[in-house]
Amino acid sequence: MNDIRFTIDGKECLGKPGQTIVEAAKANGVYIPVLCHFEGLKPVGSCRICTVRVGGRFMAACTQPLIEGMAVENTAPDLEDMRKSLIEMLFVEGNHLCPSCEKSGNCELQALAYRYQLMAPRFPYLWPRRDIDASAPLLMLDGNRCIQCLRCVRACRAKDGRKVFAAVDRSHRVKIEVDKKLAAHLSEDQARRAMDICPVGAILRKETGFAVPIGRRKFDRAPIGSDVEKGTGR
Amino acid sequence: MGRKITIEPVTRVEGHGKVTIRLDDAGKVTQSRFHVVEFRGFERFVQGRPYWEAPVLVQRLCGICPVSHHLAAAKAMDVIVGAGPGKLTATAEKMRRLMHYGQMLQSHALHFFYLSSPDFLLGMDADPAVRNIIGVAALNKDLAVQGVLLRKFGQEIILATAGKKIHGTGAVPGGINKNLSPEERDRFLKGAAPLNIDQMIEWSRAAVELFKDYHRKNKDMVDGFAEFPSNHLSLVRKDGALDFYHGVLRAVDAEGRKVLDDVDYQNYLEVIGEETRSWSYMKFPYLRSLGKTDGWYRVGPLARLNTCDYIPSPLAQKEFEVYKAYTDGKPNNMSLHTHWARLIELLHSAEVIKELLLDKDLQGAKLVKKGKKVAEGVGLIEAPRGTLFHHYRINDDDQITMANLIVSTTNNNEPMNRAVHWVAMNALSEKPEITEGMLNRVEVAIRAYDPCLSCATHAVGRMPLEVTLVDARGNVLQRKVR
Repeated sequence: MNDIRFTIDGKECLGKPGQTIVEAAKANGVYIPVLCHFEGLKPVGSCRICTVRVGGRFMAACTQPLIEGMAVENTAPDLEDMRKSLIEMLFVEGNHLCPSCEKSGNCELQALAYRYQLMAPRFPYLWPRRDIDASAPLLMLDGNRCIQCLRCVRACRAKDGRKVFAAVDRSHRVKIEVDKKLAAHLSEDQARRAMDICPVGAILRKETGFAVPIGRRKFDRAPIGSDVEKGTGR
Repeated sequence: MGRKITIEPVTRVEGHGKVTIRLDDAGKVTQSRFHVVEFRGFERFVQGRPYWEAPVLVQRLCGICPVSHHLAAAKAMDVIVGAGPGKLTATAEKMRRLMHYGQMLQSHALHFFYLSSPDFLLGMDADPAVRNIIGVAALNKDLAVQGVLLRKFGQEIILATAGKKIHGTGAVPGGINKNLSPEERDRFLKGAAPLNIDQMIEWSRAAVELFKDYHRKNKDMVDGFAEFPSNHLSLVRKDGALDFYHGVLRAVDAEGRKVLDDVDYQNYLEVIGEETRSWSYMKFPYLRSLGKTDGWYRVGPLARLNTCDYIPSPLAQKEFEVYKAYTDGKPNNMSLHTHWARLIELLHSAEVIKELLLDKDLQGAKLVKKGKKVAEGVGLIEAPRGTLFHHYRINDDDQITMANLIVSTTNNNEPMNRAVHWVAMNALSEKPEITEGMLNRVEVAIRAYDPCLSCATHAVGRMPLEVTLVDARGNVLQRKVR
């Protein structure tokens, strides 16, 4: 099939039919931030960090398929400020204490906060009471750090296909719970994948924290988005 | 009419505290107290957190010697993961030692050059506006630069071992997360002057000489200032050598008799008790065998050089012999001699850093070891300010259920109160006027112990201190807040 022509902030780009804006932008060396999206998972567009503007309308770039002639606005100041405020809201509505979090340096939320130069949030901290479930032998679930992106719910399944994690309750009360029976029998690989799929430090493979020294962690080596912008994310 | 003096904040110390001194109608001191008025609660909020997070979390107690908390917690967690004393790989233990001795170097340099030297070089009665490191730099630029660069060198060692100069992540339960690259090693060994270890050793020697010279010229004051008998406690190596990283508990009394010896610190609760008093957030530890009244003790440089038999590095050992000869081998109970002891330790730290840098084990690849997990662990270390106790219990889900921290400054609580009382009785009592210089003497006494009040109460913030003068009826007559 023919390539699709579109622009991002005026830059001429080519995409493939069926690609979302995020995928096509990445292939053209343009970074659009994502949090709830993870390559290989069906996008749900829940966090809205990837919001772009097309024809004056806001849309989630992770779910919107590419259309011929699209003129995508990605880095307009008002869009960037909106993304920054979304990151701030995620920080204040949880208990994100980076100094002692073992995901520091590997955390996508923290990395985005650095990218958007978040110094102090403009919203008041909510300091919610959240639970820690450390009952599984290999995994720990720390609700304080969860941003309800549902990546774990979509990605982590037991051998028989059953979901290991599930969203419980609704609205601001929504929380992620782990199926204790399934979690009790997770393999090392499954536990590692669960930790890696989590963009923050909410799901942890137990007893492995801080094994990578400062300076060699994922975002110490390359700030978030820099791989795409250098063209290595194609 | 009687008076009450309040010194608040106490300056050039770490943390937040105040001193109150009560005088009767004749101006005679009736009571003096050193209060620590911060509260933090680390022991509570670490509960529920996973055990491997503790070394990184609890070091946030302090920005001056976080490495001590980091390593004490890591040592406790070593026990929990079945890799307690003697079981770490050579690379892991030596990297931790390098980190710790780097910290001793920077912290001792900070304390002497930045915090205490202004009192000696500019005088206790000097204008407070110049009685600081800037004043020292104006008087002796080279000396101030040496102090700054000694500290910097120690911080660079911490950066290379923990990943950050302050609040790094090097130690993990059962080991360390990196070794020292040959490039990092060579930078410390052969770096362009002045930032190499030979220069640091030389400057440390000069610092010991500086204090000895000051002592020669001000013998009566240095020897007599806040001198009082006490017990002394520290870790010593199994063979009695000075060791900041690991050892057994030893305590001696004012005459040098061993009150404790060769005690495995996993059993510290059997030998150390803690008392609380209503007027301070800082607890009062004591040796159980001597009881609450007589069992208080000093920790830190003065105590360490009183408990150890020798220093296992040649230049520091030579200075140790001179130091010990001054008291005929008996324990040294002179508060201001703490500075002398601290500078000998500074020299020892620099020597040990060089010895470690030359050790090929630091380039080893085996970083972590683990064994059979247990539910409880105690980690002790000799922090710059003295013996630091960390004790944790965990549940079956790997969450911390109990934490008890006895911080160096807490151990020195009673001695600092005694030192304040000594100054109150000798410098303030029955004097017609209380001058700023007199109040600074109170601070000089506290400062000798290099207290970290934030750590001691596990509290946040810089350390202001106040002195209040109260009359016999409790009216505040004079209050100094800085």
